[in-house]
Amino acid sequence: MNLPNSAPSTSFWAACAMIAVIVLCSTAGEVLTAAAMKSIGDLDEIRAHSGMKGAIRAVVTSPLFFAGVSFLALAFFSLLFALNHLNLSLVAPASASLTLVTNAIAGKLFLKENVDRRRWTAAVLVCIGVYFLAH
Amino acid sequence: MAHPKLSLWQYAVLGLVSISAPLGDSCLSRGMTGLPDISLAHPGTLIAAVFTPWIAVGIALLIGFFASYLTALSWADLTFVLPATASGNVLVALFAHFWLHETISLQRWAGILLITVGVGFVANGPSLTERPAPAPELEQEQAQ
Repeated sequence: MNLPNSAPSTSFWAACAMIAVIVLCSTAGEVLTAAAMKSIGDLDEIRAHSGMKGAIRAVVTSPLFFAGVSFLALAFFSLLFALNHLNLSLVAPASASLTLVTNAIAGKLFLKENVDRRRWTAAVLVCIGVYFLAH
Repeated sequence: MAHPKLSLWQYAVLGLVSISAPLGDSCLSRGMTGLPDISLAHPGTLIAAVFTPWIAVGIALLIGFFASYLTALSWADLTFVLPATASGNVLVALFAHFWLHETISLQRWAGILLITVGVGFVANGPSLTERPAPAPELEQEQAQ
């Protein structure tokens, strides 16, 4: 069983596994990076007070930022691997739309963000829109 | 730090996030499809792929994306930034239609409409979750 946009040699479950790894690593990376940036504060304000060097120093000295970047790097190499086996028109929209939903859940659970009805609606609309755009 | 409504500069940063990510992904796809199949048994070939021209351009665009994305995350919620920057998918589709003269099906136009409405929904709301300010006694304790 193959996905419509996958190479003939790639099975349905292999394609699902590749996309799942991208989604999980992206979500972990984005939540950790967002937590790091919230703990650092407004970068525009830091740059106004301490200059560009101060802003860069504030970011690169955050352990949360490095944890986030590590997961994003894993997501990036998983994406490269998936692109080698599957079409961009499958991988990019599938991972982007699924990541939107997992991030909304993770944002509410871990970052305590106010994911109100407006944001849920936006996430679902964008998710369906990305799916339509890919077909 | 809470400024729920965004300035023009902040909208420009969100625009940069939107456009650089899909363009970078397109370059990566172009580069990776041109390479022979890579297996997990030889992960070194994945590292070597980074130095091919299309992948390198894609990475440069994604570095631009990451810098603007970090800036956006410093003044807006993750659940605001991600849907708000989804307009990049629409821009790529419109670019393909008007510049490359690709045909866009009715379903794709519906997708463009849904994303635009979704982005409009989230962009009109507050960009940052309001947190209660810490009590003065707590601030003093933290200072000590």
